[in-house]
Amino acid sequence: MRWKAKIEVTLKKEVLDPQGAAVEGALQVLNYRNVRQVRVGKYMELLLEAPAREEAARQVEEMCRRLLTNPVIEDFSYTLLGETP
Amino acid sequence: MKCGVIVFPGSNCDLDAYYLVRDVLREPVSYIWHEERSVDGYDALILPGGFSYGDYLRSGAIARFAPVMGAVEQFARAGGLVLGICNGFQVLTEAGLLPGALYRNAHLQFRCRQTYIRVENNGLPFTRAARAGQVLRVPIAHGDGNYFAGTALLEELRARRQVVFRYVDETGERCAAANPNGSLDDIAGVCNAAGNVLGMMPHPERAGEALLGSEDGLVIFRSMLDYFKALGGVRR
Repeated sequence: MRWKAKIEVTLKKEVLDPQGAAVEGALQVLNYRNVRQVRVGKYMELLLEAPAREEAARQVEEMCRRLLTNPVIEDFSYTLLGETP
Repeated sequence: MKCGVIVFPGSNCDLDAYYLVRDVLREPVSYIWHEERSVDGYDALILPGGFSYGDYLRSGAIARFAPVMGAVEQFARAGGLVLGICNGFQVLTEAGLLPGALYRNAHLQFRCRQTYIRVENNGLPFTRAARAGQVLRVPIAHGDGNYFAGTALLEELRARRQVVFRYVDETGERCAAANPNGSLDDIAGVCNAAGNVLGMMPHPERAGEALLGSEDGLVIFRSMLDYFKALGGVRR
């Protein structure tokens, strides 16, 4: 079975986000004075073959820990969608 | 002391490191292509600066899985001297051979300029020829040099004296203006717990001759050589 994983990577709360701060500054300049705490992250998606959801989830989590994120500074979350061929 | 300079696709300070070892330090040196699977016969390894694998995903994230890195890890675990400079530092943190992480400079700009760094621990194979608190003038050139470690890790690094260099001003004092990238605790370089792996964002190999504006970086390579000779100069 084929699965689509949608993965979001964010900087950990305690890590300052210079990109987010720059974007927040730009939004303020555009007069969105009500905006706070802008954080910039990454979005990734991939397709994988796996017989069951559990196996797909196990692999996605492993990929996130080993390569897709740096656990020292980043957190991740993901969703898995079963694809009908 | 036979040095190996690891070359990844996208390394661009490999020649600088090679030149420093061969022509300034006058020690044998070879390049080691990232597809090699052995580092046998080397006494010290240098992971040079650059943009390995284009720095895609995160700086060093893909290079750390290069075929040669298994051998580098074994070499490091066996006590061999490994020096990571700039991108090499990033690769070593991604590989888990050094603590912490390096990410986007706090001001978001690439910085290419001279810095001053203070030797915080001169008891290491990389710093034994330096004076305690010695201030070195060494240039940086990076966009992702902002060092981060969680609170508990930072405490551990301080307690174990793994913070090897801090950014300071010309007089050796810490101040916000002297920190070029927002690094936590003004950290410019750290070592592993055993002290045989060092990573630093500044480029000591670009500060090896007066003609280049500073010879201060040499003390790191001279320390390594001194350590190697003190061991009896036996090739690993």
